[in-house]
Amino acid sequence: MDHLDQLEAQSIYIFREAFARLKKIALLWSLGKDSNVMIWLARKAFFGRMPFPALHVDTGKKFPEMYRFRDHYGKEWDLDLRVEPCPPIDAVDPTLPPAARSAARKTEGLKMALGKYGFDGLIAGIRRDEEATRAKERVFSPRGLEGNWDVRDQPPEFWDHFNASPPQGAHLRIHPILHWTEADIWAYTKRENIPIIPLYLAKDGKRYRSLGDQDITNPVNSTASTIDEILIELEQTKVPERAGRALDHETEDAFERLRVAGYL
Amino acid sequence: MNMIVTPTSSATPNGTTRPQVRIVIVGHVDHGKSTLVGRLLHETGSLPEGKLEMLKAVSARRGMPFEWSFLLDALQTERDQGITIDTTQIRFRTNSRDIVLIDAPGHAEFLRNMITGASQADGAVLIIDALEGVRDQTRRHGYLLHLLGVKQVAVVVNKMDRVDFSSDRFKAISEEISAHLNGLGVTPTAVIPISARDGDGVAEHTDRIGWYKGPTVVEALDRLEPARPLEALALRLPVQAIYKFDDRRIVAGRIESGSLIAGDEIVIMPAGKIAKIKSVESWPLTPIASRQGAGRSVGITLDRELFIERGDIIAHAGAAPRETRRLRARIFWLHDKPLAKGDQLLVRCGPKESRATVVAIEKAVDPGELSSSENKAIGRNHVGEIDISLSNPIATDPYTENPRTGRLVIEVSGRIAGGGLVLSVDAGQRAVPVDIVPVESALRPDERSARYRHNGAVVWLTGLPASGKSTLARALERRLFTNGGSPILLDGDTLRAGLNSDLGFSAADRSENIRRLAEVATHLARNGHIAIVAAVSPAREDRATARRIADTAFREIHVATPAEVCEERDPKGHYKKARAGALASFTGIGNDYEAPQAAELVIDTSKRTVAEAADEIELMLKTSGVLFDELVDLAANI
Repeated sequence: MDHLDQLEAQSIYIFREAFARLKKIALLWSLGKDSNVMIWLARKAFFGRMPFPALHVDTGKKFPEMYRFRDHYGKEWDLDLRVEPCPPIDAVDPTLPPAARSAARKTEGLKMALGKYGFDGLIAGIRRDEEATRAKERVFSPRGLEGNWDVRDQPPEFWDHFNASPPQGAHLRIHPILHWTEADIWAYTKRENIPIIPLYLAKDGKRYRSLGDQDITNPVNSTASTIDEILIELEQTKVPERAGRALDHETEDAFERLRVAGYL
Repeated sequence: MNMIVTPTSSATPNGTTRPQVRIVIVGHVDHGKSTLVGRLLHETGSLPEGKLEMLKAVSARRGMPFEWSFLLDALQTERDQGITIDTTQIRFRTNSRDIVLIDAPGHAEFLRNMITGASQADGAVLIIDALEGVRDQTRRHGYLLHLLGVKQVAVVVNKMDRVDFSSDRFKAISEEISAHLNGLGVTPTAVIPISARDGDGVAEHTDRIGWYKGPTVVEALDRLEPARPLEALALRLPVQAIYKFDDRRIVAGRIESGSLIAGDEIVIMPAGKIAKIKSVESWPLTPIASRQGAGRSVGITLDRELFIERGDIIAHAGAAPRETRRLRARIFWLHDKPLAKGDQLLVRCGPKESRATVVAIEKAVDPGELSSSENKAIGRNHVGEIDISLSNPIATDPYTENPRTGRLVIEVSGRIAGGGLVLSVDAGQRAVPVDIVPVESALRPDERSARYRHNGAVVWLTGLPASGKSTLARALERRLFTNGGSPILLDGDTLRAGLNSDLGFSAADRSENIRRLAEVATHLARNGHIAIVAAVSPAREDRATARRIADTAFREIHVATPAEVCEERDPKGHYKKARAGALASFTGIGNDYEAPQAAELVIDTSKRTVAEAADEIELMLKTSGVLFDELVDLAANI
């Protein structure tokens, strides 16, 4: 088994545990490279079909290429796609800095979707290497009744045994690719030939390393126009992956405040 | 047409050439873990651009001197408290290894996070403050590493600058911690004097530790071995789920050890049902013809419809895990409320769960003190050995035989409260198999009897020790074989050396011994052989059981040699030992032999030669329809 085989087997194990132990789960599909890999892994885990909905909490501000991708592959992959809107910006905590406030709409939209469907588990494509607060996550991460994350009181998790009994009314976040890196995602995407949104590939000296809402996502300088070139770039770069995500950099603790409140 | 692209080594991070090793850094709070991690990242060129500058700016804004430990303390709350809260995973590279560093917190409150981190590690760095020396928590972490099965431990003596780089101080600490770890069966791979703050001994030897000739921290990490493959062990595939998305019924799970391939004969535990692997399914390409080894998440289909459920374990026939309702485990306890005798819990072994009761607490140890309290409750952050009684039978292995399946976690109110290793498995009462489908022989009974010239039978010789049962049995075996038959000898003592080696001589064990003998003998009889059983079988009720099992094939022979003759013979010296009181529960001296009242034949060997006795048995077998009469056969051929 090579490195990618090991990552894949571990993710499949997590998917199957989530499906076996929770009553009603959904996969959060943000249309980006990570959640596309996640859907692929789910189809591997369940032999070709994803036996739970793909939930897209839509801010309405994604790139047109992303919407096209969603509509095309939602059909091609035979997904049970649920698109849920987010509330307007006025409904969001005004003390947050502008970009974080914009991102927080997604948290609110997520809460509304949770209330609507009553999911007890949400599968999310966050990774430990993305960002310091995400590094502290559990694979099965309980959320309070408000969807909030108590970083100081996380249950122990070891030997692939997961805490899968959220308190009544609360839900779990499940993170099947927590142990992957950005380079792993690209190497696997290439190996499995998973479709990607062209925005990730360099055009006119720029490409997106991470895709969010148009108004708070910026491209990085790059000449990497193929996945192979992206992998070489990642070997050499010291620029963090989320450098182009404005909300991470407004204030020192903006991202953590978002996560504690239930942001991915 | 597919283009085969040869990936360059740089295009495959963590590819096939560089082993990945997961390490954890543990030790007493404030002994300098975070500082060492920050320094390691800097020395190996693993920091993202601008990170160091950002942190320096943050320190300046707060009017504090820059600390390497800030690097990991990305959370606001942590910076306010000055302690690391949770396990984080950070990657860097040494010359030949990709290191995944799981930063484990050292604050006693956060032990559960340390266990969460350390349970995933291949190796560990145990850090000790040169000034403070080995502390309770140092010892506790050392003990937990041992408990979690982390065998490779490098010890780092930090803050050598605070003891003027004294080689004597280093030597004293080195000896103390080495003795402690050796006592746990752990040999440190290195003991390294360093100053994480200034960098001595981390990536370079400096003059200040010129007296030290061993590896630096980076060199020690470079020598760690990645986790060993589990393929060499017996197959263990715990069932996570059964999927029926289409016309296939797929049994899904992860191979924890061993390997499998389509066509393998498997057994499903704990029920003990047998099947063959029909196919190994996958997606997008299916089925898979190649052998699948430990670590793979697979889906298999079987050649027959059997009832299987989540938590069952699939193994190869003949190498199955033991099934039990009683376990002994060495556990660590993380819950606020101490674990006490009589507590009700939920135990998880892989996907299998069972309600359980703590039957006994054998040991309760504070690994910091390493003092054992007698049979008390096991407190939070302490370890102990407990006996657990399970409400459902589970199939498991002692952890010494299989580190993956031989471990369990304990849940209290839906939250993981502890974990541990299975020390031993008490073979308990077998659960009644629900839906066993016996496989019929390919041969019809009349095909066999035509060849052997007899029907199948169980010839059961009972009698006192040294009454002559084995001698008679062997003579009968020889005679039947000479005549073209198929006799098979099942001697009680011989079977006790193998099949029944787990049984003693209590009444219950003796009954079980007889039951097994009868089952094996009956199976042989049903397949046309004559099973000759020679066993004291003193209890009338046990022999009645044997008769029930073998049914019409049963022929009981009482070898009724008088007791005094038997004692005189005493070929095995048992009577002598029993008279001397050295052989408990020996039949013959006491009056515990219950003679049969309706045996098919009674033989007193003190009044007959062996040949005469064999003649009598042969006659009985003929008249009772086991051996074919020559005359009948001749008549059929006229």
